[in-house]
Amino acid sequence: MIHSLFLINHLGDIFLEKHWKSVISRSVCDYFFEAREKAVDPENVPPVLQTPHHYLISIYRGKLFFLSVIQTEVPPLFVIEFLHRVADTFQDYFGGCSESVISDNVVIVYELLEEMLDNGFPLATESNVLKEMIRPPNILRSVVNTLTGTTVSAEIQGVIEACVKLSGMPDLTMSFMNPRLLDDVSFHPCVRFRRWESERILSFIPPDGNFTLMTYHISSQNLVAIPVYVKQSISFFEAGSCGRLDITIGPKQTMGKTVEDLKVTVHMPKAVLNANLTASQGNYTYDFTTKLLVWDIGKLNPQKLPNLRGSLSMQTGVPNPEENPSLNIDLKIQQLAISGLKVSRLDMYGETYKPFKGVKYVTKAGKFQVRT
Amino acid sequence: MSTGVSYNDQGGAEAAVEAGQESTPTSSSTGAAFGLFSADFKKNEDLKEMLESNKESLKLEAMKRIVGLIAKGKSASELFPAVVKNVASKNIELKKLVYVYLVRYAEKQQDLALLSISTFQRALKDPNQFIRASALRVLSSIRVPIIVPIMMLAIKEAAADLSPYVRKTSAHAIQKLYSLDPDQKEQLIEVIEKLLKDKSTLVAGSVVMAFEEVCPDRIDLIHKNYRKLCNLLVDVEEWGQVVIISMLTRYARTQFTSPWTEGAEFDENKAFYDSDSEEKKDQTEAKPYIMDPDHRLLLRNTKPLLQSRNTAVVMAVAQLYWHLAPKHEVSIVTKSLVRLLRSHREVQYIVLQNIATMSIQRKGMFEPFIKSFYVRSTDATHIKTLKLEILTNLANEANISTILREFQTYVKSQDKAFAAATIQAIGRCATNISEVTDTCLNGLVLLLSNRDETVVAESIVVIKKLLQTQPTQHGDIIKHMAKLFDSVTVPMARASILWLMGEYCEKVPKIAPDVLRKMAKTFTAEEDIVKLQTVNLAAKLYLTNSKQTKLLTQYILNLGKYDQNYDIRDRTRFIRQLIVPNEKSGALSKYARRILLAPKPAPVLESAFKDRDRYQLGTLSHSLNLKATGYQELPDWPAVAPDHSVRNVEIVEPLRESAPIVGKTKQPKSDDKFYSDDEDEKEEEESDSSGSGSEDSSSSEESGSESEEESSEDSEKTSSDSGKSSSGSEKSSSESESDQKKKKKTKKAPQKKSKPAGDSDSDENGNGPVGQASSSSSESSSDSESDSESDSGSDSPAPKKKTEEKAKPKVAVNSKKEVSLLDLDDFSPAPTNAPKPSVLSQSLLSDLEGLSLSNITSTVQYSRAAYEMVK
Repeated sequence: MIHSLFLINHLGDIFLEKHWKSVISRSVCDYFFEAREKAVDPENVPPVLQTPHHYLISIYRGKLFFLSVIQTEVPPLFVIEFLHRVADTFQDYFGGCSESVISDNVVIVYELLEEMLDNGFPLATESNVLKEMIRPPNILRSVVNTLTGTTVSAEIQGVIEACVKLSGMPDLTMSFMNPRLLDDVSFHPCVRFRRWESERILSFIPPDGNFTLMTYHISSQNLVAIPVYVKQSISFFEAGSCGRLDITIGPKQTMGKTVEDLKVTVHMPKAVLNANLTASQGNYTYDFTTKLLVWDIGKLNPQKLPNLRGSLSMQTGVPNPEENPSLNIDLKIQQLAISGLKVSRLDMYGETYKPFKGVKYVTKAGKFQVRT
Repeated sequence: MSTGVSYNDQGGAEAAVEAGQESTPTSSSTGAAFGLFSADFKKNEDLKEMLESNKESLKLEAMKRIVGLIAKGKSASELFPAVVKNVASKNIELKKLVYVYLVRYAEKQQDLALLSISTFQRALKDPNQFIRASALRVLSSIRVPIIVPIMMLAIKEAAADLSPYVRKTSAHAIQKLYSLDPDQKEQLIEVIEKLLKDKSTLVAGSVVMAFEEVCPDRIDLIHKNYRKLCNLLVDVEEWGQVVIISMLTRYARTQFTSPWTEGAEFDENKAFYDSDSEEKKDQTEAKPYIMDPDHRLLLRNTKPLLQSRNTAVVMAVAQLYWHLAPKHEVSIVTKSLVRLLRSHREVQYIVLQNIATMSIQRKGMFEPFIKSFYVRSTDATHIKTLKLEILTNLANEANISTILREFQTYVKSQDKAFAAATIQAIGRCATNISEVTDTCLNGLVLLLSNRDETVVAESIVVIKKLLQTQPTQHGDIIKHMAKLFDSVTVPMARASILWLMGEYCEKVPKIAPDVLRKMAKTFTAEEDIVKLQTVNLAAKLYLTNSKQTKLLTQYILNLGKYDQNYDIRDRTRFIRQLIVPNEKSGALSKYARRILLAPKPAPVLESAFKDRDRYQLGTLSHSLNLKATGYQELPDWPAVAPDHSVRNVEIVEPLRESAPIVGKTKQPKSDDKFYSDDEDEKEEEESDSSGSGSEDSSSSEESGSESEEESSEDSEKTSSDSGKSSSGSEKSSSESESDQKKKKKTKKAPQKKSKPAGDSDSDENGNGPVGQASSSSSESSSDSESDSESDSGSDSPAPKKKTEEKAKPKVAVNSKKEVSLLDLDDFSPAPTNAPKPSVLSQSLLSDLEGLSLSNITSTVQYSRAAYEMVK
């Protein structure tokens, strides 16, 4: 299975290596660097590569490549899933997954890797097994809804994240007011499939700490209420090598809740040299090397709609971009699950104490893209 | 610690990288020798001192730094003697790090590594299971051939350990030992065989992994464990599930017959394909194919895993359904696969590849989810291309307009490689769906005035292909392209225009010679591919319009004759001989016109994923589209299913003896117990007498004894009926009665065995024992369930089915020692019926192959039903 792991930073330096079988020279990574070079953008590196004697499967997380070396046939998703699990574990342990964090904790990292794989086969990948910690009873769970929407297609995808701190072997059941909404679900292994199938109840003995209990998808038949609307006009003038930009955002179907952390990101065409804009609310930045315009709005005020307008200066002599850039919008709404999913109750069996329970709903924009 | 690391990495890292880049990539797994750097050397001296001190804290600090060195890929091997001394340290933390070091360097310092062996041998006997396990892990990870016998011994002992965790470790150790010394294979297979019997969910995944690595061809080792593995599957850890599922996929392909085309092949096929195109909703009608219950068991038990959070598990189940399930059941995996598309970029990549392959054969599966494959501008290029591929595969008359609208957006993308791919995709849609060919063609013509070179070039190439498939009204388009000719610089596009001019020169008689004239001017500066097409155009024009073009053609042929490229020289020579009649040219030149201007078949625009289905889905080979090392070919279905009874698990002798012990009933009673259930159920249904969960060993004596008689009659009856070699019915019961019974039996007989399975299942789920009382009601529910299932699965004509099913209980009776494995634990008291093994003739037994297992089917149904009751 997984033979070796190399961690590579964005400069192409290998800063950590681990071998679970005999040692493989790090020169094997040269094939990867070649592909990396060719791809230009790190996102574009093919996850599966072939070399004369090995196969390289890599993931890109937090500006780092996790590159594993494989010698024989293995389901690629098996490796990819595992590598992401490794990254998740680092995140969980160190609160981050950057090179400096990993280098600072190299001994723990090594011990973790040693525990997670034996002879290339996953051994312990659960955070709670790895941590082996016990905490006082109290429970808090949050329903986080992620919303993805464009005028073209919209869907709701959500996760239920749990933070369980209960002693003993509590057997929990959780039910929803409206389980019919759920179109497609996937579970943490602790959830009993059959019980869900027959009764639409989540029954489980939770591991300690934070974990993702369930992810779900709301069928697209149910209309997705997109919480904001966007009015934009971006135009480039043939003469004078300049352009105009005007974006306004307003609330729509927020059910009385405030939209927070509103942020608009625009990938400008290459020809745009600079932006001279005024924002009625929040700040904007334009990075002319990456051509990224970021407008950080913050809270959406329904009385006074945020607006960003101004002119764009263009490179002269270059034909105008034929496609207007699309807008990516991030937002967050507290105390509202846009899917309408509601937790009905949570019961505990098997232990005698009374747990503290809580639930928190959040809506976040997923990949909200407005084509212009 | 961190100071040590940072101190260390100055220059070291760069040096290492340099070294890595200089050395040519090889497969050899020698560690890079970075230890030559003097800085490291000096540094290691003080590490040695620290290790030799008496202070634990100093030693620990030293070990941490050494691990830092290892992580950087720098050599610390000269510290081996100093480190190995600490292997027996009491400090757990220190010990762990020493283990890390040992595993890394033991291979290089074999003699010194031997010093540590006795420590591990001692630890293998430790009362703490984790210490035993970790000792075995390290011992087996030290790749020192001399200790092979010690490892072998340790593995064998650990395989019999009381702790499942230690047994799991031993399963891992098997693979390590095998890669160290393949000669141990036979002995290792013995251990694998033993561990395969293990009932712990912890062990299952690891031992199957060992099986796959050491002896994947020994399918016979799986038979007896097949049902157990199926039933344990849900509770095995995620990684084990992936391995087990892929192994079982292969197994099923060797043991069961195809659910796809069995029986009335023609009708069947038609039904399948029809249903595909019609959203595959309609049930396939009656088919004589009956799925082996073990086959069904596998499908049923893997299905819940589609809800796993682990993407690899979901993919494994999806490929299992793809390769094993009846066609109309495959689509249940769609939703789960689409769910995976919201996962990480790398996951999307693999899943999209698999969907691309699937969507070629079965559009219907993914059509409802077409919006999931819309491209986002933030997607990576390879993701975009895959989505485009899938959208193209899914295009049909109904959705083509939506898809084309999407494509219009994509063509404008700033990612030009992607825009070009989109144009190709439009071309494919245009050829596949005749309704939109014109629309697409017009759209592509519009793109010819696009500013971007690659877009124009790609459009020309695609238009060229389309015009070939649609040989009407191209005059205008060709004229348009001729106008563009001067501005287009991409060679492939220029060549395409020239080819079009030549091919349809009679439709544009005025323009074609003019284009040739222009080409004559620039011939020498063109790319080879353009030159070849120029020669082509010249030849065709010479044949159709020699008056105007004779001189031009000769000029071009002369240029070509002296070209630097031999292909062009050859082509020129050939063309000249062909078109210019002279005494040497012989017969061919008479046919020049027919040769050059023959109508040519249109090119077929196909998916790049068309032939990927030769690889098992979800594999590395599929992903790379080439056979990876160690890829196991997925066997084709056998024409005739091998003996199914190999999967029956033998009842161990003691079990039979145990019957009297538990049930206070006399020996004969316990035999017939086996049947009594049937009777009871029957009674439940028909007459409302007795009934109620008589499975319980403490069932009412009366009903038991009654049914006893009946059932024995019944079974014998059945045997005599179905078996051609009837041994004469021992008791003659009234015909009508037995008939009735038979009928009922078809449904019920299977269930009785399943009962215990239900129990054990729920136990595994941690739900505590299922109340026996629940059994009766759950039975009835499972009854109906089994009915409906067998109906949907196989609506065979009633009589046939009856006889077959009738036979099932029969076999169970006769090959009396066989009982499904699940029974072992929970069912010890009951059902061995000793007396009648000899009743059945050999031939009858073989006739009944494939049938006896049906009880398993109901097993699962049963367990589900029971489960509900518990709650």
